[in-house]
Amino acid sequence: MMDGVNTNKAPKNTLANIGNMAKKNTMLIVLALVIIFFTVGTDGIILNPGNITSLIMQTSYVIVLAVGMLMCILTGGNIDLSVGSVLALVSVIAAKLLVEVKMNVFLVIIIALLLGGLIGAFHGFWIAYIRIPAFIVTLAGMMLWRGLQLVISDAKAIAVTSDKNPLFTSIFNSFIPNIKVTLFGITFDIVCMIISILAAAAIVFLMTRSRATRKSKGFEVASKGIHIFKCVLISAVILFFTFLLSEDRGFPFMLIILAVILVGYSYFTSKTVPGRYLYAVGSNEKAAKMSGVDTNKILFGAYTNMGVLSAVAALICVARFASAQPTAGEGYEMDAIASCFIGGASAYGGTGTVIGALVGALFMGVLNNGMSMMGIDTNAQRVVKGLVLLAAVLFDILSQKRRKALA
Amino acid sequence: MPKVLLEMKNIIKEFSGVRALDNVSLSVREGEIHALCGENGAGKSTLMNVLSGVIPHGDYEGEILFDGNPCSFKNIRDSEKQGIVIIHQELAMIPFFSIAENMFLGNERGTKFNIDWDKTNKDAAEKLKVVGLHESPYTLVKDIGVGKQQLCEIAKALSKEVRLLILDEPTASLNENDSKNLLDLLLKLKEEGVTSIIISHKINELAYVADTVTVIRDGQTIETIDKDSPDFNEDRIIKDMVGRELTNRYPVHEARTPGEPVLELENWTVFHPLFAGRKVVDNASITVRKGEVVGIAGLIGAGRTELAMSAFGKSYGVQISGTLKIGGKVENLHNVSEAIDAGLAYVTEDRKGNGLVLSESIAINTTMAKMSKVSNHGVIDKDKELEVAEDYRKLLRTKANSVSDPVISLSGGNQQKVLLSKWMFADPDILILDEPTRGIDVGAKYEIYLSINELIKAGKSVLVISSDMSELLGVTDRIYVMNEGRIVGELSQKEATQEKIMAMIIKSDSEMAG
Repeated sequence: MMDGVNTNKAPKNTLANIGNMAKKNTMLIVLALVIIFFTVGTDGIILNPGNITSLIMQTSYVIVLAVGMLMCILTGGNIDLSVGSVLALVSVIAAKLLVEVKMNVFLVIIIALLLGGLIGAFHGFWIAYIRIPAFIVTLAGMMLWRGLQLVISDAKAIAVTSDKNPLFTSIFNSFIPNIKVTLFGITFDIVCMIISILAAAAIVFLMTRSRATRKSKGFEVASKGIHIFKCVLISAVILFFTFLLSEDRGFPFMLIILAVILVGYSYFTSKTVPGRYLYAVGSNEKAAKMSGVDTNKILFGAYTNMGVLSAVAALICVARFASAQPTAGEGYEMDAIASCFIGGASAYGGTGTVIGALVGALFMGVLNNGMSMMGIDTNAQRVVKGLVLLAAVLFDILSQKRRKALA
Repeated sequence: MPKVLLEMKNIIKEFSGVRALDNVSLSVREGEIHALCGENGAGKSTLMNVLSGVIPHGDYEGEILFDGNPCSFKNIRDSEKQGIVIIHQELAMIPFFSIAENMFLGNERGTKFNIDWDKTNKDAAEKLKVVGLHESPYTLVKDIGVGKQQLCEIAKALSKEVRLLILDEPTASLNENDSKNLLDLLLKLKEEGVTSIIISHKINELAYVADTVTVIRDGQTIETIDKDSPDFNEDRIIKDMVGRELTNRYPVHEARTPGEPVLELENWTVFHPLFAGRKVVDNASITVRKGEVVGIAGLIGAGRTELAMSAFGKSYGVQISGTLKIGGKVENLHNVSEAIDAGLAYVTEDRKGNGLVLSESIAINTTMAKMSKVSNHGVIDKDKELEVAEDYRKLLRTKANSVSDPVISLSGGNQQKVLLSKWMFADPDILILDEPTRGIDVGAKYEIYLSINELIKAGKSVLVISSDMSELLGVTDRIYVMNEGRIVGELSQKEATQEKIMAMIIKSDSEMAG
């Protein structure tokens, strides 16, 4: 459950093995199909370099929120409805500090993250130690923080322009400096390609090393053919998309922040003891408690963390929109929740991965972007997204029923 | 001779290959109180589930005649239509509904779209009068005690034109006074023509109310004894209940010389977490020595699990008082984590509920109680985790394709082995095993007994709680007998017999009844 790569069982047949892999990564395949569908539907415009860049920028804060939401959902299907409002409040305060107080950018970032954490801890306290249902606490938070934000901002937007706040904008909304070269008549950014080649090489190296150590310790590992297939596929996808970026404005700095968050939380959930406890609490809280796990602390931690990540998303939004809007973040909680469930998190907790949440968020992003490109009416878009969410959760429940029937 | 109301003939019921009922026959005469006795797991409840339609017609073999007519109940509704009402041990009342609302739930007065609340409350008041419960029908069920709830259940049964009332261990959670009231009510109902079947272990109660006793053991009818027969006595009934022959189901019992006391509980008292003032463990004192297997015998509800869990980092109960010593040192354990660090392990009786995380793998479950052994500064070494899980899988001979398999895919016996691995991995000095072999097959049981011996050889101590008395006789060095929250006796392996244990329980029952 924790990571599809480290599977201990390896069917002998390579084809069967690929089939097995496909079964484990259904959503990834559906995502690929959706991308192909929109590529055909938009005559390839969705894969235009410029569009890929804006797709990443549009989806980035949903991804950040989805990662935090996943931690909450893992603890037992608990959701956090307040993230949009927390995001708005942190945006306004950060913008005020930047523009009106003219505070140092890094100090503003620290204060924003602390504020987010504090709000998250406030929710976490009621949920974990007083045991008020998360739905109620965060519903209250949703109204409370939105209201407070409107009071503070007087419901007016605060502009954070790039010419007056160059450092802030460059952290969250800029590109790594380009060195454009032209080869075979195609102009692209060599810096971007170097980063992506290094990233792909690192991933291949880590995968190969892990396979080798596991093999030397006598565990069963995937066959060599499968391993090479996986490495080539992952590298190809990375190189293809970064090449598209390199044709446009280059490597967005945002992508590095996202990569750090995704790798960090992936590691946390799959390789650390508190990460393990998140799953245990969500799967069977009683059993976790009887194993000596401080289940309250785990729940508290999940919500505190959600607050911090809401603040990260807030900073991203301020930079991207060059302002703190009173309506910022409205409906983001729903996008984040939907991303987790589409990405295979269980509505009952205990199942789900960071990569799944990423895939879910990308799925929603591609759906939004593709449908807009095809000129589908925004109201109709909502209908489609609603049906997609329902289908994803239905899939989860049906597969759970099948598992129960097997037992 | 009154006519026979219920005739169950040659009932056979299998659960995945295990025969829970093997040719059981039961015959109940109209207007009598018929007692059904047997050890835990003898098949009494299964038999009643067959009768009431919980196990539908077609899922069992055999024939049921009620009032001379063959029955084929598909569910409880069908049997209730015939006037057969079962009151389960776990009461099924909705706490935030009033007595009247509970009484007519599923049987509402008035019409489907217009409940007649006046009639509901009036009828409820009438039935309450019949059962002698002086409560308003408007009282919420949460506000009355278990004894009164039991009476409400009976009143509810009466509202359904009951002809045959089945009570499953009705007095298990009642005090003497409430028990007496309930039994008197049964006698009163008998005079009004209600036939009842009462399932109970408490022989003194049976002697008080029953006209006939049928004893079931290992899914078979042993004997039906009439009140007037000279065989109607305690000794005979106990012998019928426990008299199974012991074959080679246990490893050879090796003579051991236990060392210093490692776990001591003195004057341990625990109160129920929800029902204020109800003592679940009452001034109990026990000692477990190094290298010793100690058993706690008793019936379900005797307070054994509560004793163990309250000692294990206060995981059960409130207002816990008494002294807990580990290795001679007084310990005050606040939570499970502290208990584990002090060298205690509690292998829960409910492996699916609070023992294992079923959806997770064998490896993850194995290391759960002691992650520090497979992690470094909070980072898990997954390879090491798989290795240790594999070691324990081999040690306990757990049958699984791989330690990455989810626990849910294993059989009950193998799940139990994973649970045991988890606590062996935690490396405690004292293991408390609560019903370690419930619901698992004989082969797996034997392997668990072998593991207990291994643990003792490794210098650990084991406390076994079991409702299977022959198991306690087979594997322990010393047995405490517990009843109604109190330790009512202690027997060495040599002197212990099932009859003696049963006699201690029954004796303490009669003492408490006054």
